[in-house]
This record gives sequence, C-alpha cells and structure tokens, in this order.
Amino acid sequence: MEKKESSREIGEERIIALEGTDLDVSESGASEILKYVSQFSRLDGSSRSPATFDGAQTAWTMLSEEKFLPCITTSCLDLDNILGGGIRCREVTEIGGVPGIGKTQIGIQLAVNVQIPIEYGGLGGQAIYIDTEGSFMMERVLQIAEACVEDLSEYGHLRKDAQDSQVKMHPNNVLQNIFYFRVCSYTEQIALVNYLDKFVTEHKSVKIIILDSVTFHFRQEFDDMARRTRLLSEMALKFMKLSKKFGLAVVMLNQVTTKLIDGSFQLALALGDSWSHMCTNRIILYWNSNERFAFIDKSPSLKSASASYSVTSRGIRNSTSSSKRIKMM
Amino acid sequence: MANKLINEMGLPKRMANIFAARNIITAKDALSLTEFELMELLDVGLAEVTSAVAHISEVVCPPCQTALYLMEHRAQHENLAGHLPTRLKGLDDALCGGIPFGALTELVGPAGIGKTQFCLKLSLLASLPPSYGGLDGRVIYIDAESKFSSKRLIEIGIKSFPEIFHKKGMAQEMAGRILILRPTSLSEFTESLHQIKLLILQQQVKLLIIDSMAALALGEESGASRQQALGWHVSFIKSLAEFSRIPVVVTNQVRSQIVDEACLYPFQVAQCHAGKKHNSAGYDSHLVAALGISWAHAVTVRLVLEAKSGQRFIKLSKSPVSPPLAFRFKITSSGIVLLDNIGMELKGSDINTIHFQGQNTLFSFEGEKLQ
Repeated sequence: MEKKESSREIGEERIIALEGTDLDVSESGASEILKYVSQFSRLDGSSRSPATFDGAQTAWTMLSEEKFLPCITTSCLDLDNILGGGIRCREVTEIGGVPGIGKTQIGIQLAVNVQIPIEYGGLGGQAIYIDTEGSFMMERVLQIAEACVEDLSEYGHLRKDAQDSQVKMHPNNVLQNIFYFRVCSYTEQIALVNYLDKFVTEHKSVKIIILDSVTFHFRQEFDDMARRTRLLSEMALKFMKLSKKFGLAVVMLNQVTTKLIDGSFQLALALGDSWSHMCTNRIILYWNSNERFAFIDKSPSLKSASASYSVTSRGIRNSTSSSKRIKMM
Repeated sequence: MANKLINEMGLPKRMANIFAARNIITAKDALSLTEFELMELLDVGLAEVTSAVAHISEVVCPPCQTALYLMEHRAQHENLAGHLPTRLKGLDDALCGGIPFGALTELVGPAGIGKTQFCLKLSLLASLPPSYGGLDGRVIYIDAESKFSSKRLIEIGIKSFPEIFHKKGMAQEMAGRILILRPTSLSEFTESLHQIKLLILQQQVKLLIIDSMAALALGEESGASRQQALGWHVSFIKSLAEFSRIPVVVTNQVRSQIVDEACLYPFQVAQCHAGKKHNSAGYDSHLVAALGISWAHAVTVRLVLEAKSGQRFIKLSKSPVSPPLAFRFKITSSGIVLLDNIGMELKGSDINTIHFQGQNTLFSFEGEKLQ
C-alpha cells in the first residue's frame, strides 16, 4: 500500500489507468485501492472537491471569506449601518450625486479612515486618491485628518487597557499615507489604472483606491459612445481584478446627468446605462428637505435603504437630526 | 502626456514598429483601444499586447506624490499655500485663505449684481506687490461682454489702496499688468486660448479671468455641439490652471428654471408614487445658473451672487473646504464689501437657488436706488 500516497496525489483517473498495467495488480485489487484512497480523501477534509476548475471557488469557501471581509467606516453610524459596516474590501462601490452633495468629502473621509489602526478596529492601511477634477484640497484633508486623530485619542483614553500601547497617530502621518495622482485626460486615467497593479504590488498596505471622479474626462471628449462604453467596461474590470487580487476597496465617484424617463426629466448618474451595471454596489447621494441622504441603489448583498449624513468641519458625521431622534428615545 | 510618442517610449523595436505600421503614433491612440481591439488590429498575441500596454501605461501615467509632500511643497513655494486673498474676511476664512490656485472658481449671478465689480477687484489684487498681499503678477482678463472699465478699475484702486495708487506711476504700472482680450465668438476664444497658454507659462501671469463664459458658450448653436465645445474648453482651462497653478475665475449668467426641471431620481419618483412624503426642492424663485449640470460639476468653487428682500448676498454654494455659507454684501466705490464676517449656514434648496427680486430697479454703487 505504499502506492496509496502517490495515488492520492496522482488523482483518481490515473489510478484507473494504472489498474492492472504498471502496478501488476488484479482488477479487484485495483478497485480495493480506489476505495481505500477515496475514503482518505473524504476523511482528511481537504477542500479539494470533486470538480474544481483552476481559479474557481465553492460558495462555501467564499462565505467564510466574506464573513471576515474588512470594512472601512464612513464615520457616520447610520451610513455604516446601511452599508453593513462600511465600505467593503474586495468590492467596487460607485457613489454619485449632484455637485456639492459631498462626494469628494466622503472620498477624503474614507482615505483617512482606512488608516485607522487595527487596534482601534480599522484596517491600518494606506490610500490611493486619484483626482481627475482637482477637487482634492490639502487644507480639507488636514482638517479631517486632525479630527480623526483627535477622535481616536479620545477613544484611546476611554479604553483604559490600551494606555501603554496607545498608538500615536499624527495628522502629518495620515497625509503621508495618502498617495495622490492627478489625472488630466482619459488617456492618463486608463494608463494609471493599468499601472496600479504594479504600484499596489510595491505598496502592499494600500487598502482603498478612490477615483474622484470617474466621469469627468469621459464626459468631455467622446463622440463615439460605443468606444466610451468599451473603454469604461475594460477599466471597470481592471478595478474589479485589482480589488479581488489585493483585497482592497475601490470607490468610484460619479456625476449626475438628466434623463428622459416616462415623459419627464429625471436625474441619473452619468456615463450611461451600460456603466450602471459595471460596479458591484451603487450609492446615490441626494438632498431631501435640507438634509443629505445616501440611498443604496444597487447591491448584491445590501438591502435598499436610505440613511442621512452630514458634512461637518470634522468630516462626514451623523446628521444632527438623527442624533436628536435617538436622544428622544 | 497623452500625446507622448510611442516610438520614444523604449518599447522593444518589434512592437514599436508594429504600432507605427498600424498608425498608432501617440499613447492616446494606443490607450483608446481596448486590449482585445489592439490584439485584432496588430495581429499579435494577448500577452504581448498586455505587456506593451503595461509599458506604455507606466510611461504615460502621472507621477505619484503623497498628500503630505504636496501640502508642504505648496506651503513653501506658493502664496499662502495656494490662495489669492479676496480681502473679504469672511469669504477668505471660509476658503482657507482665498481663491484657490489650480482650480476653477465660478461667479454666477443675475445681471448687474456685481460679478464684474468682483472681477475688477480681483485683477487689482493679483497685480499688487506681495507686501500689500498681492501676487505681484500679470492678469489676463477675457472680456466677452465688453464690460471692463479701466476708469472703474483705477477708482477701485485709489479707494482701496490709496498708499499705493497715489505714488507716481503706480497706477500705470498696476493697470499695465492687466491684459484685456475681447473675443467676439467662441472660436475666437478657442484660438486665443493657445496663445494665452503660452503667455501664462512665459510671462508671470498669476490670474486668469473669463467674463463671462456664458456669453461665449451661449453664442454657439445649442444642443450637443455646444455641450461638446463647452466640455473641451472646461477641460483645457482646468488643466491650464493645474499646470500653471494659478487661480482661474469664470463668471456665469443665470437663466429661468424650466418648470419641469429634473430634480429627482427615479427611486425618489417611485417613493412619491408610493405615497411616501417627499419634500421636493420647491424653488420659489425661478433662476438657476446657466451652462448646465455638467458645468456645475466641473467648477471647483461656486460663488453665487443674488439679491433678496433688498439685500445682496454672496453665497459660497459649492466648496471643497467649507459648508455652504451666505454673506451680505454691498458695492461701494472701493468694490465689493462684506457686511458680515461670519456667514450664515445654508441648507438644501437655499444653496443653489438664485434670487433676484427687484429686477427693474437700478442701484448705484452706494446702494441707493437711482430711479
């Protein structure tokens, strides 16, 4: 039975081929070997299921991966709740809305929050911020970074056990962990997406890529819409691959356009119908009676829901009216 | 970057020749095709295409900088870390110093509200020497509506900075730094843009003012071609601002809102029909900024000037560094003057609506009614 070891490795088909030939074993002896070996494959509980393809996974193994998917908080509890904890890694999330609603603000908040140390429940990662519109203002990033560091040190004081190992985060460190790219044309945007594989391989701590906005350069220069769709589709696939390969979150900010639906003009996210399919999750930011809301328009795993948020001098936070409601309860 | 030549990128000779043979000369040509299309066009395998595209991408890709480096670099090399102070305290505080460099700032408001006055003051401020808080540079003023008044400019200068302007020859020097162009059509403007770019890069130009973008764009035939043309200009002007790190101020007109104007998403419409209460942003005035929503996305900072109940307001309605704020202002002989240093916070529909009551009254600079 010393052949048993090698048989397990060779695989069951080959055992059948060996039957009665090289091994000089009778047919009944070969079927004994097969039975014995297959018992072992079931017993050792390896994840090698009978019919797997290269690169495929069973839903069961994916479930255990998904359970431990890290999330990046948005600093707004209501928003985190409808997102199931926050912006998820290994997924591409699109966030769109009218000008001034807070897309860049959320982008900057995420670039800061991804850096929250693991001891405080964060990912301790770095961020890549791809700016296509020039809306990334350093003063604002510094404001949000300072507020985050203050909040963390306040939390650190509350956690009396962490006194010794209190992580010293400085706002300048936060800024140092944000890799900034300024893209001035769609060619540069495509080139950058192609280059990111190499970049992230060299900077393994990157846990989020924010693209602000995916729309700007693709809105201005295209006569051939079919070409635009092909290029966008290739770009979305590359981002998807990046997010799966490196286990990071991709957030794409999108602009708004008007569309004729059912005889009336309505708002819709830009870049067309084909684009609307390309991201995993789609969140729309909108105004409703003087408050900002986020609505989950499309997601394979999250329920369609709205949550209000506000943009403060410290960054994205819960909206004040919702905190009032909680107090009243 | 997009126009970099493929044969200068250090690709293996064989690949470079294949690209050239199929008339793919610049990086833009190569990257405007998907990898599959390239495979078909060049008749090479996917692996070769992928590695060629990766090589081209690495060359064309913009450089990476950390946010910290950028902040420190700008603090060291630029005026107030990249801002042009407007001398309106509340506004400057809200904007972390003033009009940002490298970005598009829009001034939108109805006719006669004070946009050109604001632009004149800014031109002066940019030309002043640094000891007076200026940028000590030249200004390019695109005057599409023939509203530039040198007389008014000098008057503002004398009233606001008497110490400088009473010196002999200073008025001439300051006014001499402001270059005025008067294109009469969008195509003329487009031609002059290329010259402007050269001027900016060579001659110490510190501010570009376009008064007004709406006059230039709306002169063209409407529809898709206008959107295209405007889109090209926006891209060009924005990247010009970025490269040269100067502030660009653009004025815009207003138009009446179409009653049927899009303001809801399909899911909101569905909620309305389902009977859920939805407080639609009801506009009680009917003015909005011209040039459309894609323009509204493209500007980085939007300042709305409006008049309500006899009082003029300047609203910071879109800004990456500040919540929406409104300040009362008036126009005096020394230009625009704020009446509040701390702005009122705005929410919801107030932010983008533009009020203009009293359209038929004329106001003098001192705020007295002339009729």
